[in-house]
Amino acid sequence: MSIIVIYTIISLCALGVLAALILYFVAQKFMVIEDPRIDEVEGMLPGANCGGCGFPGCRGFAEAMVKADDISDLNCPVSDADGMVAIAAHLGHEASAADPKIAVLRCNGTCDNRAKTNHYDGAPNCTIVASLYVGDTGCTYGCLGHGECVDSCKFDAMYMDPITGLPVIDADKCVACGACVKACPKNIIELRNKGKKDRRIFVSCVNKDKGGVAKKACSVACIGCMKCQKVCPFEAITIENNLAYIDFNKCKLCRKCVPECPTDAIHELNFPPKKVAAPIIESLTKETPKENNHN
Amino acid sequence: MNRLLNVSPSPHVSGDYSIKKIMYGVVLALIPALATSIWFFGLGALIVTLVSIASCMLFEFLIQKYIIKVEPTIWDGSAILTGLLLAFNVPSNLPIAIIVIGALIAIGVGKLSFGGLGQNPFNPALVGRVFLLISFPVQMTSWPVSKGILTRYADAITGATPLGVIKEGLKNGEAFSSLMDQIPSHMQLFMGQMGGSLGEISALALLLGFAFMLFRKIITWHIPVFMIATIYIFSGILHLANPTHFADPLFHIVTGGALLGAIYMATDMVTSPMTPKGMAIFAIGIGVITVLIRTFGAYPEGVSFAILIMNAFVPIINRYIKPKRFGEEVSNGR
Amino acid sequence: MLKTFRKGGVHPAENKFSANAAIVNAEIPKVAHIPLGQHIGAPANPVVKKGDQVKVGQLLAQSSGFVSANIHSSVSGTVAKIDNVIDSSGFSRQSIVINVEGDEWLESISKTDEVIDDLSHTPEDILKKIKEAGIVGLGGATFPSHIKLAPPPGKTAEVLLINGVECEPYLTADHRLMFERGEEMLIGTMLIMKALKVNRGGIGIENNKPDAIKNLTELAKKYDGIDIVPLKVKYPQGGEKQLIKAVINREIPSGALPIEVGAVVHNVATAYAVYEAIQKNKPLFERVVTVTGKSVKNPSNLLVRIGTPTKQLIEAAGGLPSDTGKVVSGGPMMGKSLSTLDTPISKGSSGVLLFREEEAKRRSVEPCIRCSKCVSVCPMGLEPYLLMTLAENQIWDRSEEEKTMDCIECGSCMYTCPADRPLLDYIRLSKASVGKIIRSRNKPV
Repeated sequence: MSIIVIYTIISLCALGVLAALILYFVAQKFMVIEDPRIDEVEGMLPGANCGGCGFPGCRGFAEAMVKADDISDLNCPVSDADGMVAIAAHLGHEASAADPKIAVLRCNGTCDNRAKTNHYDGAPNCTIVASLYVGDTGCTYGCLGHGECVDSCKFDAMYMDPITGLPVIDADKCVACGACVKACPKNIIELRNKGKKDRRIFVSCVNKDKGGVAKKACSVACIGCMKCQKVCPFEAITIENNLAYIDFNKCKLCRKCVPECPTDAIHELNFPPKKVAAPIIESLTKETPKENNHN
Repeated sequence: MNRLLNVSPSPHVSGDYSIKKIMYGVVLALIPALATSIWFFGLGALIVTLVSIASCMLFEFLIQKYIIKVEPTIWDGSAILTGLLLAFNVPSNLPIAIIVIGALIAIGVGKLSFGGLGQNPFNPALVGRVFLLISFPVQMTSWPVSKGILTRYADAITGATPLGVIKEGLKNGEAFSSLMDQIPSHMQLFMGQMGGSLGEISALALLLGFAFMLFRKIITWHIPVFMIATIYIFSGILHLANPTHFADPLFHIVTGGALLGAIYMATDMVTSPMTPKGMAIFAIGIGVITVLIRTFGAYPEGVSFAILIMNAFVPIINRYIKPKRFGEEVSNGR
Repeated sequence: MLKTFRKGGVHPAENKFSANAAIVNAEIPKVAHIPLGQHIGAPANPVVKKGDQVKVGQLLAQSSGFVSANIHSSVSGTVAKIDNVIDSSGFSRQSIVINVEGDEWLESISKTDEVIDDLSHTPEDILKKIKEAGIVGLGGATFPSHIKLAPPPGKTAEVLLINGVECEPYLTADHRLMFERGEEMLIGTMLIMKALKVNRGGIGIENNKPDAIKNLTELAKKYDGIDIVPLKVKYPQGGEKQLIKAVINREIPSGALPIEVGAVVHNVATAYAVYEAIQKNKPLFERVVTVTGKSVKNPSNLLVRIGTPTKQLIEAAGGLPSDTGKVVSGGPMMGKSLSTLDTPISKGSSGVLLFREEEAKRRSVEPCIRCSKCVSVCPMGLEPYLLMTLAENQIWDRSEEEKTMDCIECGSCMYTCPADRPLLDYIRLSKASVGKIIRSRNKPV
């Protein structure tokens, strides 16, 4: 009996040693020589494999970073600025940190603001609706509300608000990977600068119809009245096809345009509540040069 | 007009089919077999069937409601059908506790653990049945002898199935011809006068159900016909090779679960291939494995194992056996 | 035994309520919205401007490319504006809006009802006139007809098939046209045959229109080379590929056009439009539209000017029933549901279908039970259940392998699905996505 046990142990050990030897030689023979920095850079990346950088996963991005002579075009949206600077320094490049960005929904067509004109009864998928017809409201540009952006988000940073029927972006979780921007068939979601103290001003509308038509379809639509453009001191606002657009690189967050908008289509986020109407403009004009200096 | 118009992609009309109709159609097709079973085995058959159906529905309800937390779908007919088929595959005097365990395995492991209706790779009723067969071999193979409708549940006299008689006899070295004399004639077997699982006994009743399902277009003819034909041909070859050792092909078809399996178990939509060609391969595979197990294996009966084994091949059959695409054979008209 | 195609197919309830309603002229609208994109391909370029006076039959917009077609005025009056209007495609697109004044036709158009049997035109002449008249496939696909009539170099047409199948339930516009204007239609067929330089023509008609078959068989004796082919009733027999298979038993290879097997298919309404364009000098500005539904008071076949709002046709058929839940332009299997009743009739609208509320709702989606019904009814031999799953998971390379692009969008799979799964919705998504990938791959780098 004991002999059987001993034989078993011996033969198993022998097998193990043999297998280890084979594995060792195979590993030697077929070793692929890789730049060790790829592994290092990959370790410094967040490892989300979201594809937001445009490469297939974090390793692909790490390879590109190591190979590239100039990494200023390469940016991992998920890493914070410090992370990217650290990687750049590690690879011996100039530290270049891109402005942090965030996804912004440019539609405020809630069920209250935008009346339904028909009832959609097909498969709940935005792309299918978008290829079928204009949508179930009078607005032919706005959010369709079937949540394809939410499905595309790998960071759990979006959810559909059942009351408004619109997706909501969780600013704390959003890493600006851009998956939702690609998923949206109506091109409503945009990556914008996160802004100082998370403060952002944007036109929450993408309707290019003439003012009357847009207003009829949605009470908070941009009607292209150009009032905001006139009041903007920094020429950050352009109007094209009856639609205003605020360039986030030029906007100094002065908030002058916000009260001008007759349909409340311009949204401000994370600003302290306004004081009385008249002094605001004064105080803002005083503040603006100060902010200017910062930049 | 105040009401909003509905808008949807085409088509805007839908046929008169539904999952419920299919499931209840199969249940309806099984009623004649249940009736013959009650006729031959007495009320025990009814008790087993009702317990099996009720516990399948109960487990489906409990698991869906409290474990997976989805809306229970006990009335879509699939749990009822699983319960009915499970009952059809066990002896009519099986203790109630064992049936309940079988139902739990069938619904819990066989169906819901894979994601519920439409997701299970194996036929749930057969998963339950095979589990019971391996776990409770004694109870699962004490077949009551058919004594008529007045037999009481508890005191059924047990005996062997025709297939069991042959297998045991050959093992003990008895002569084949004397074994054949112990079992009823083919005609009696066809009508259902034999020991066996609750629902498999009467070929006539099962064929009636088959005709009904074909008429209602619930199933196609491919799987049953290919499977029975394979059993017939394969066992026929064996019989011709050595008539003193192998039973004749007709015997193989009318006994055991061949017809029940071919018509109701193998044709289960979820676990069978999608194309006629795939169905044929699937059915031929079942036929061959069935005869192999019956004649050379340890168990007297092999339909359930054969179906489960072939179920495992269904994904690969679906992957490689494609329907003939339109335009694949270029213009034959000129 | 009657001919039909072999693979797949379904037989939905026919519900042809308007089969015995003679074609009547619909009222001319007060304001006509004439879309610029009534055909597959590039929208036409407008040649009129706001304030212009136009007459019936006058050119409004010029074909703007290879795949495009002319648009003519269907009414006389003043051009009010050129604006975006939701047309029967479901999208907001450019349309010419005309305020109607009177009904003044161009002098060149002959308004007589007399049948003109003049077959002396040259093929080039016929082709030119068809192109000028803005004729497109009137079966619903609206592909510009003159392109189909000029086979690409190296290919020759052998046979012309006229599609009188009308396999869609409810619709009867083609049926009535074949019954009432059979002779004109046959002359149109002869003209198309002449343009194609073929001497064989077949008109496929499903067996549920015995009066049309009888009428045309009688009339066709006068015209050499035209066969009337009765077909077994089966959807989607009106599909080009299925019709060719049914009538001359040839299968078009995957991704190819009918000309590959020497066939050209046109609709009966197109043949009639060709007759009018050549013998009456009348461009395409009106068509027969079936207005029907289970609750519609007078299901009818109306001869409608293009640009008439759908609402007006419903009024003409006895008013909008109070239980209407859905309005479809075209047939119930392939038509588009309308989001507004102001949608103007365009060249491709073969019917206006009113569904009752209980018919209008889709049933709730249940899990796929792999019953394989969709596979068995698919006329193209595809596996709709698989294509839908692949589309849901966005696996486009495999979708292409499984021939998603072969789908003809007939809807048989969804019609037959017992779990009421939106198979075709997702297959369309898959076709769009795979199509985009294929186009970007074929683009020269």
